[in-house]
Amino acid sequence: MEKDPIVRLRRVTKRFDDVVAVDSLDLDIYQGEFLTLLGPSGCGKTTVLRLIAGFESPDKGDIVMNGTSLIGTAPNKRNVNTVFQSYALFPHMSIFDNIAFGLKMKRFEKSVITEKVTEALSIVKLGGLEMRKPHQLSGGQQQRVAMARAIVNKPQVLLLDEPLSALDYRLRQEMELELKRIHRKLGITFVFVTHDQEEAISMSDRIAVMNEGRIEQIGTPSQIYEEPQNMFVAKFVGEINVFEGRIVEIHNGSAVVDIHGRHFKVQNRKDFANGRAVKVLLRPEDIMVTKDEELQGTAPALAGKIEEVIYKGKTVDLIISLDAGETVFVTQFFNEDQEDVVYRHGHRIHINWPYGWEVVL
Amino acid sequence: MEKKSGFRNVAVGSTLCWITLFVVIPYLIVVAYSFLTPDPSGTVSWIFTLDSYREIFSPVFLIVCKNSFALALSTTVLTLLAAYPFAFFLTRISESIRRTLILIMIIPFWTSSLIRTYALIILLKANGIVNTFLLSLGWIDEPLNLLYTQLAVFTGLVYTLLPFMILPLYASLQKLDTRLIEAARDLGATSPRIFFHIILPLTLPGIIAGSTMVFLPALGLFYIPDLLGGARSMLIGNFIKDQFLVAGNWPLGSSASVILTLLMFLLIAWYFLSSRKINQGDMREVI
Ligand SMILES: Nc1ncnc2c1ncn2[C@@H]1O[C@H](COP(=O)(O)OP(=O)(O)OP(=O)(O)O)[C@@H](O)[C@H]1O
Ligand SMILES: [Mg+2]
Repeated sequence: MEKDPIVRLRRVTKRFDDVVAVDSLDLDIYQGEFLTLLGPSGCGKTTVLRLIAGFESPDKGDIVMNGTSLIGTAPNKRNVNTVFQSYALFPHMSIFDNIAFGLKMKRFEKSVITEKVTEALSIVKLGGLEMRKPHQLSGGQQQRVAMARAIVNKPQVLLLDEPLSALDYRLRQEMELELKRIHRKLGITFVFVTHDQEEAISMSDRIAVMNEGRIEQIGTPSQIYEEPQNMFVAKFVGEINVFEGRIVEIHNGSAVVDIHGRHFKVQNRKDFANGRAVKVLLRPEDIMVTKDEELQGTAPALAGKIEEVIYKGKTVDLIISLDAGETVFVTQFFNEDQEDVVYRHGHRIHINWPYGWEVVL
Repeated sequence: MEKKSGFRNVAVGSTLCWITLFVVIPYLIVVAYSFLTPDPSGTVSWIFTLDSYREIFSPVFLIVCKNSFALALSTTVLTLLAAYPFAFFLTRISESIRRTLILIMIIPFWTSSLIRTYALIILLKANGIVNTFLLSLGWIDEPLNLLYTQLAVFTGLVYTLLPFMILPLYASLQKLDTRLIEAARDLGATSPRIFFHIILPLTLPGIIAGSTMVFLPALGLFYIPDLLGGARSMLIGNFIKDQFLVAGNWPLGSSASVILTLLMFLLIAWYFLSSRKINQGDMREVI
């Protein structure tokens, strides 16, 4: 992905009265990628999309597409289309006319329009419903029409603002796969907005985690999940356990952290100095649980007891209260070889983790 | 539950009584009169005849009808053209300014429209405000003949009926989802095309409602043509009034009323049918 970006936001700021919706934001969007803007409500995701689409203009900064600035270019002149959260289908037009709208505006010939609309309908798997009105379709079907209406114009960039949020859980999962398929098939750049981290992780090539009008971290889903750069990203993207500690030894690339008097060896990617207070972050699935009677002496571990066992089918979630006082959330996968490992409320256990699976901030 | 339906019965019942007493019965009397014979004493004699209806389809009345329809139609078109931009503007401004503007528009209703029509006379007469103003500016050398013209009647109707066009238009423009406009723009539509493809079709119910509310009164308002048009403009409303109050031919006035009511009923029926279709989204079948 070292090509030139197709869209480039440079120090873009957008204010609404006294709210800074987008705050000096830099973002490069590359040809053909599936980029997700992920963040809590009100962090400015929609505003970023509207800035790219042209419905808002930045107070400061520049938005460049294909090397030329978009400032002052009207939305109808941008090679960008939007799939709106509410779909915004035209209620007085048939499905066919809805999808054909963009092509009609560009004054394509009738036969070309029919051909393109038919193709778009088949891409979203909606053939045969051309003559219906939007209100005669289900939510999922309306969603597909909204997709078709945008992609039929073959935009360079497709902007999707929480397109799945109005759908129920199962339909959403189905549409996630559909969106991925359509993205692969068309090769159009997708900029997708969601506040659902699972959706973001399962669909994106890259995720930009946003907070208060800024991008906290941008990277692949696994980078975002496994190597969060700061506490906001760590906490927003999935469950995470946080241990307060202090660095007590420095080695080449690694360090020793003291947590509740135990010494754990960790990677020292950020080159923290000796004596520094740090946070050690661990995903629930990265923590190992050992029953006291199986403990083989030497490995450092934190002692505690099981408070709650939540059976989830494929996994079992444990809520553990450490003797030092913290509550830890752990996810264990069932291991076919260890069927006798049964956790019960009140069991005394120890926890630790494999070297390098932690994040130190 | 019991109490509620009791209240509903009272509410519906009293409304029905009211309508029966003051709308249905008088109207039935009008219908009955239209089939009776005029009496020189000024009322009717109880002899059944179709004479009034025969008389009504005479060329004189048809011309009155034609003039009335032409005037009502042009009033409707002009109010529509004037009201649409204003209603659109109302939806685009801040809440407080909007409330003020709507209030200013409604305040004149607190005065009888008859009095407001007299006020128009003061504006339009030979030594009235408009003429005095234009003379003082030196734009004209002698007073314009404004009062007692077709134009004066037209002005009076448009002035009186404009709010009835603005309010339904405002309501339907207010309901218009601005995201649809953004979606259209996103798909490459220019402003004129957004207007004709999205805004106009989606506000058609408001246009039809407003047009009905202007067109029907424009047919029947008799005092505006009377006061502003003088003797020259004979419209359906004046015709009916004259039959009762001047010519003393009650059956003819009644039959003209019946015809007018039938026409209005047809228009309202068309309005309901078309707005039902629009609500179902079948815009194309409306016209
Ligand atoms: N038109 C506007 N007028 C005033 N403030 C606005 C406007 N649009 C957005 N804002 C403010 O800007 C901030 C960012 O809004 P934005 O809609 O971009 O958030 P978001 O990340 O899309 O949130 P959500 O997940 O709830 O959709 C919010 O504080 C919001 O209140
Ligand atoms: Mg949003």
